[in-house]
Amino acid sequence: MQYLLMIYGDEGGWEKMTPEEQQRGGAAYIAYTQALVAAGVLKGSNRLRPTSTATTVRAKDGKTQVLDGPYADTKEQLGGYYLIDVPDLDAALSWAGRCPAVGHGAVEVRAVWPM
Amino acid sequence: MLTAEECDALAQSTADAVARRSYGKLIAFLSALTHDVAAAEDALSEAFAAALTDWPRNGSPESPEAWLLTVARRKFIDALRRSQKLDPDADVLSIGVIPDEACSEEIPDRRLALLFTCAHPAIEVAIRAPLMLQVILGLDAKAIASAFLMSPAAMGKRLVRAKEKIRQAGIPFRVPERSELPERLDAVLEAIYAAFAEGWSDAAGTDAARRDLTAEALFLASLVAEMLPNEPEALGLTALMLHSEARWRARRSQGGDYVPLAQQDCELWDWAKINRAEALLKNAASMGAIGRYQLEAAIQSAHVDRRWSGRSNWNEVVRLYDALIAITGSPVVAVNRALAVAETQGPVAGLEAMPNAAEDQRLAAYQPYWAARAELLARAGTTDEARRSLEIAIGLASDPAVRRFLEQRRTSVAAGASEEP
Repeated sequence: MQYLLMIYGDEGGWEKMTPEEQQRGGAAYIAYTQALVAAGVLKGSNRLRPTSTATTVRAKDGKTQVLDGPYADTKEQLGGYYLIDVPDLDAALSWAGRCPAVGHGAVEVRAVWPM
Repeated sequence: MLTAEECDALAQSTADAVARRSYGKLIAFLSALTHDVAAAEDALSEAFAAALTDWPRNGSPESPEAWLLTVARRKFIDALRRSQKLDPDADVLSIGVIPDEACSEEIPDRRLALLFTCAHPAIEVAIRAPLMLQVILGLDAKAIASAFLMSPAAMGKRLVRAKEKIRQAGIPFRVPERSELPERLDAVLEAIYAAFAEGWSDAAGTDAARRDLTAEALFLASLVAEMLPNEPEALGLTALMLHSEARWRARRSQGGDYVPLAQQDCELWDWAKINRAEALLKNAASMGAIGRYQLEAAIQSAHVDRRWSGRSNWNEVVRLYDALIAITGSPVVAVNRALAVAETQGPVAGLEAMPNAAEDQRLAAYQPYWAARAELLARAGTTDEARRSLEIAIGLASDPAVRRFLEQRRTSVAAGASEEP
């Protein structure tokens, strides 16, 4: 089954870190990604640009509306994701638990609806 | 020759017997293969319905379980085909449907794995016990709702949601590996104990749905103990439940009045259950890993022993409570410990050992806390304060028998009598 691990955290946190902290943080994600690759479970992964760059689109009365900003203004923002392919939720939760994000934010795990 | 009615009755009784013996086993087997509990339940209930029309006509099959499984499998595939999601030409066997030969062999018992699925950390804590009762034992949502004091519609909805989560989130159907077993087993035992406590809270046994729940929970605990015989806490929980069940009849007088342990008629205890509990507890203790349920069972065992032998063992009971508090940190345990302290060191020491309701919200609304406090205050001769505590206890009591008992106690305290309850 495929699972999307969504990384939520305070996106302002990164800027407040010292260069050493940023380097350590980056290294943790690189190591995590390598572990996913080595296990053969990684299907895709990306880091997202901050929500200040987000644009939200919806249609109202048949007319497309484009709004500046994220869909929801929350304390923690979606900052990136990993798409993994593992046998079941336990395996997905175990990978989520190793993600560096659990130390500074949270990881939401959702099964992907197969199409 | 049997008459048509006799054939029907025979089919019905065979189906009932298989349902009682094999329902959970069949559901567990079907669920593990299809990863869909709700679909497994639907398919099996259709298979049971088919049995009631087929068996009177053609006679009960040699292996009713295999017959039901074969039909359930077919019903499951039919349902899959019917659902729009599936391409009618798709190979249904490739999506995890039971292979033919699975139906002819001895059906493996996967109930334990299914219990772990029901108590998975991804499942809401409050719905775990109802889920187990429905999925493993086949209790309907209405009966479960009534036992948990909830509306059938709300209970039904939450059960459906939990089964959907199992299917859609891909919660596995397996017994966890050694490394995670202790924590996961804890969740299973906790849910079973929650079901038991829910049934036990109707100690008068006036509500049939709740009363049955203790027996059903005891069945689940025994099942876990049987399938994980090397897990001392599974044995401990079963022992604890057996001890409680054994004294059930003695807890009410013939007039329906509450009878405290100290005044119970030991002849009314179920000694077969007590002996089973003792054997389980001894076995668990030999494994050298103490835990919450073993300690609680040991406390029950000590109470039984004291009443039976007449030998005071309150110091031992206090020590068991100390160990239990170290594990659970529960204020309820602290209340019981304070009562035991009072037995050895007097009511004033007991009151000093009593936790403070002002510091713990949960205690403020916990009736036995106020009743226990009142008891110690009365014994210490502080009548006014004892009466005030009793008032609160009476106001919090939900069981009429317990309320009557407390009201009588209030009268005797007010009269200045401080004899034992």
